[in-house]
Amino acid sequence: MEELTLTTLLAVFEEMFGAGLFWIMVVAALAITVGYIYVLIRDRAVSWRKFLLAQLSVPIGAIVAVLFVQFVTHSGFGDIGGPVDVIVLLGIAVAGAIGAAILVYTVQSLVSRPASS
Amino acid sequence: MTDFLTDRRAFLKASAALLAATTAFGGATTRVRAQKVSTSARIVILGAGAAGTALANRLNDRLDGASITIIDGRSEHWYQPGFTLIAAGLKPANYSVSETTEWLPRDVDLIAEYAADIDPEAKTVTTTSGTSVPYDYLIVAPGLRLNWEGIDGFSLDMVGEKGIGAVYAGPEYAARTWAAMDRFTDEGGQGLFTRPATEMKCAGAPLKYAFLTDDYARRKGSRGNVEITYAAHSGSLFGVPIVNEKVRMLFEDRGFNTVHNHVMRAIDADRGIATFNTPDGPQELPFDFVNVIPPMTAPDVVRNSPLPWADRWVGQGYVEVDPHTLRHTRYPEVFAAGDVAGVPKGKTAASAKWQVPVVEDQIVSQIAGSEGTERYNGYTSCPLITRIGRAMLIEFDYNNNLVPSFPGVIAPLEELWISWLMKEVALKATYNAMLRGDA
Repeated sequence: MEELTLTTLLAVFEEMFGAGLFWIMVVAALAITVGYIYVLIRDRAVSWRKFLLAQLSVPIGAIVAVLFVQFVTHSGFGDIGGPVDVIVLLGIAVAGAIGAAILVYTVQSLVSRPASS
Repeated sequence: MTDFLTDRRAFLKASAALLAATTAFGGATTRVRAQKVSTSARIVILGAGAAGTALANRLNDRLDGASITIIDGRSEHWYQPGFTLIAAGLKPANYSVSETTEWLPRDVDLIAEYAADIDPEAKTVTTTSGTSVPYDYLIVAPGLRLNWEGIDGFSLDMVGEKGIGAVYAGPEYAARTWAAMDRFTDEGGQGLFTRPATEMKCAGAPLKYAFLTDDYARRKGSRGNVEITYAAHSGSLFGVPIVNEKVRMLFEDRGFNTVHNHVMRAIDADRGIATFNTPDGPQELPFDFVNVIPPMTAPDVVRNSPLPWADRWVGQGYVEVDPHTLRHTRYPEVFAAGDVAGVPKGKTAASAKWQVPVVEDQIVSQIAGSEGTERYNGYTSCPLITRIGRAMLIEFDYNNNLVPSFPGVIAPLEELWISWLMKEVALKATYNAMLRGDA
């Protein structure tokens, strides 16, 4: 890249997914994050019972994220060629894991009543 | 409970406001640009390919009052880096096809004809219908010409039949090449891969296609029945010595036969024989599948104009420009960008991406009465696919130096998954952003 500025990056992502889908995804990710912060503030505590279920979704999120990227890019585990590839693979897995955990926790908290106040 | 509901309502309101702000930000991702330069200059761009389209957008953003005209007779815009993926069966033919008009700003005039004559003394371009278009600044960016007639016995309607492929010919021909390669890797036989002796677009593409054919044969379990021969036009496989060595090692690893100083001049599809000019006279090589790549030159309109070099690339007709400013050395109001530029490196979309800001800066500065400061260093890049799922992200400059974008992170001479991910996912997006002038 000649210069990798935020606007260049945004332009590239807009082209990758289409401007509409990209910003819908950004808004969805923000909405889930905001929802997560909301339930944390509302409940004023992390519900460990909900967190346990959220943790169970972590490996699923990680695996789904990796398989999704591999499917989209016609590649597989055998294509890992160097340390940077392992880092990218782990990065994708971690992103999927965190995303799944936050999603599951937030959905549970929003669906179920808040803990007795 | 009531408290909670009120709280929630307030919270949701605040969230909605935040989301609205984000969406608004999304709509406003236009670049922050230097102040526009006012001018009544007439700028004519020959060619609405990668370089021409990007320059139309950028100059339209930078200049106020300029009249920008772009001349191109083809209504389709082709994303040429996608041809290899189409010919590997990974993308459909329409992956590389869009409309030229999609990418052009409204204020730019498109003349949907080809240029027939360039007169840099009178500063006019004449189109095929005879319309004369005067200019103050001319950007020559019509790409190059694939001279299929340079291979005796070959015609484009043969592509896809009798094991004949032609990845470069266009999206549909790339798809037909895939049909032939798919059959070949099922049945086995002699695979023959070549490149011309002229300057060419993306000198890595002929190598990639040999690697991809090998990979398919391995995946299908037919590699034992497949022979792969690479006929290099010179004594080396790639113009950059350090990359050449790496490719030589990979060819050895994959079990390719390599012959040097072989330049294809004829093909006999019925007999499955290709004839090459070599220092020892004509030589024949058999094939069951071949990727034909013809000699390439500048388009006739440029070749027959006063613009080409007289003493370099003789007969090929590339435009005589300063290699760093891309300004014509004899006509200071003429610039060249993309494949047609007579510079020692860089007939790739990546080169166009690096050349475009230089031409933009030089023209805008010239109009403003100052001296441009941007320089092109010959940068070009080639995600050299070595199999489906892996590539080497090779970047180099005029001096054959490797110039990695991510030094210490993405090694240029290693076959990596991340380089493949870039080719498959990020490259077209970056290309499209470049066309719009945003990258």
